Amino acid sequence: MNKKLLSAPYLLWAAAFIIIPLLMVLYYGFTDKTGAFTLENIAAIATAEHGKALWLSLLLSLTSTLICLLLAYPLAMILAKSNKGKSFLVLLFVLPMWMNFLLRTLAWLTLLEKTGVINNILKLIGLPALNIINTPAAIILGMVYNFLPFMILPLYNALTKIDSNVINGARDLGADGFQTFLKIIFPLSIPGVISGITMVFVPALTTFVISTILGGNKILLIGNVIEMEFTTTGNWNLGSGLSIVLMIFIVLNMVLSAIFDKEGEGTAL
Amino acid sequence: MIKTTAQRIYVALIFIFLYAPIATLMVLSFNASKSRAKWGGFTFKWYASLFENEAILKALGNTLLIAFLSAIFATLIGTAACIAMQHMKRKGRALLIGIANIPMLNAEIVTGISLMLLFIFLGIKFGFMTILLAHITFNIPYVILSVMPRVKQLSPSTYEAALDLGASHLQAFFKVVFPDILPGIVSGFIMAFTMSLDDFIITYFTKGAGIDTLSTKIYTEVRKGIKPEMYALSTLIFVTVLILLLLVNYAPRKKQDTHSAKK
Repeated sequence: MNKKLLSAPYLLWAAAFIIIPLLMVLYYGFTDKTGAFTLENIAAIATAEHGKALWLSLLLSLTSTLICLLLAYPLAMILAKSNKGKSFLVLLFVLPMWMNFLLRTLAWLTLLEKTGVINNILKLIGLPALNIINTPAAIILGMVYNFLPFMILPLYNALTKIDSNVINGARDLGADGFQTFLKIIFPLSIPGVISGITMVFVPALTTFVISTILGGNKILLIGNVIEMEFTTTGNWNLGSGLSIVLMIFIVLNMVLSAIFDKEGEGTAL
Repeated sequence: MIKTTAQRIYVALIFIFLYAPIATLMVLSFNASKSRAKWGGFTFKWYASLFENEAILKALGNTLLIAFLSAIFATLIGTAACIAMQHMKRKGRALLIGIANIPMLNAEIVTGISLMLLFIFLGIKFGFMTILLAHITFNIPYVILSVMPRVKQLSPSTYEAALDLGASHLQAFFKVVFPDILPGIVSGFIMAFTMSLDDFIITYFTKGAGIDTLSTKIYTEVRKGIKPEMYALSTLIFVTVLILLLLVNYAPRKKQDTHSAKK
């Protein structure tokens, strides 16, 4: 029996449900309603309305990716040094997923509202109230909240893989803590950083749910625009065209991660 | 000492951040007031009315059934692919892994609309079947991701030794290979099940009218106001899973201890 045949179900599945659907997006994106070739749907990104949505999406997703990295790196370092097992850690970060993510995001409304939990606490200790609901700041918070675990896990994996002898060697040769971090730990953790960035940036860039719930329908991200083209407006060609533009950014991100993560198999989990 | 205290506070703050919304939802499930924004006293009534709310129970049934079936199919297809990949040349393997990664790296919204376009093109009626097909598709990569490392660690000689000792291919697989990769298969299945359960975006584009999973039901309720029964249900699910995970996490360790003690 040829073992390679075992991949047949998967190859058929991938062709039918991954490759062909993506080709269909390309087809719709490059044609108009009559089926004639056009670049209009792609060029539509340059209009003021769509351009603004894309720009805002890029701004918010890059900001939240950066915040995730800054929050997660120290955490991953602390956790990598502690002796708790990996399964315990994964558990703690996967567990919240069992509570529906729409509800978890919605819960932030209760926490953030003018008379919400956080503002009551702030008032109690005499700090000014926080009014970020329905603003881009609330969307960033929602993104950081939802995608932070995707940054922590790859960083943690990369950091635990570093041979402690390398670090001890650097210290023995006279490097101080900061130098060791800069010259040894950080460069060795770059595959984790890259895959963490990918895992946060892509969903943040393309979300339409977080902006709907925490942005109060007033803030349109590129994901919202595409969603509306497919559900309410019904212009699939335009929606596909904008999706292609979105995929350009995703491919760019994949190329960058391929350069840094040569194994090509990720350190995601 | 100061350093470790600071570290503990930092870890605690992150966990408060991650779990604060969950605590909020749990508190809301006991809130007598229907409004999310104010506390109307403690009650169990949402837990009681949950079991009379057929729409929510139906959505729960759909969600669990789709998660279970899609995880099973994804595990079968994904595991078979992993075993096949072990026998492939480097290039073929890289290509397959590359394809496997597409649904994981691509935006969910693009995966969702691409599948929607496919189902419309093929004329498949939107409903349970389309959601299931979509979920299997995005679940396979998670299975491959957790089974592949196990398969790579396999030593081909044990399998060959089993064959030399007279085992058939199937026997050799189930007695030698399968036990070795089982942990990967189990964690792949759990991962796939969880992903399916928590998915909203892809379900949203592939579900059609007349069928709801918990996610899509919640999304339609977001504007009208969430029914408190939903908080009760998600609290129940969360607590159940928490207890299960604690049991699973602590039970095998005990077993191993007694095992090594016997030795």
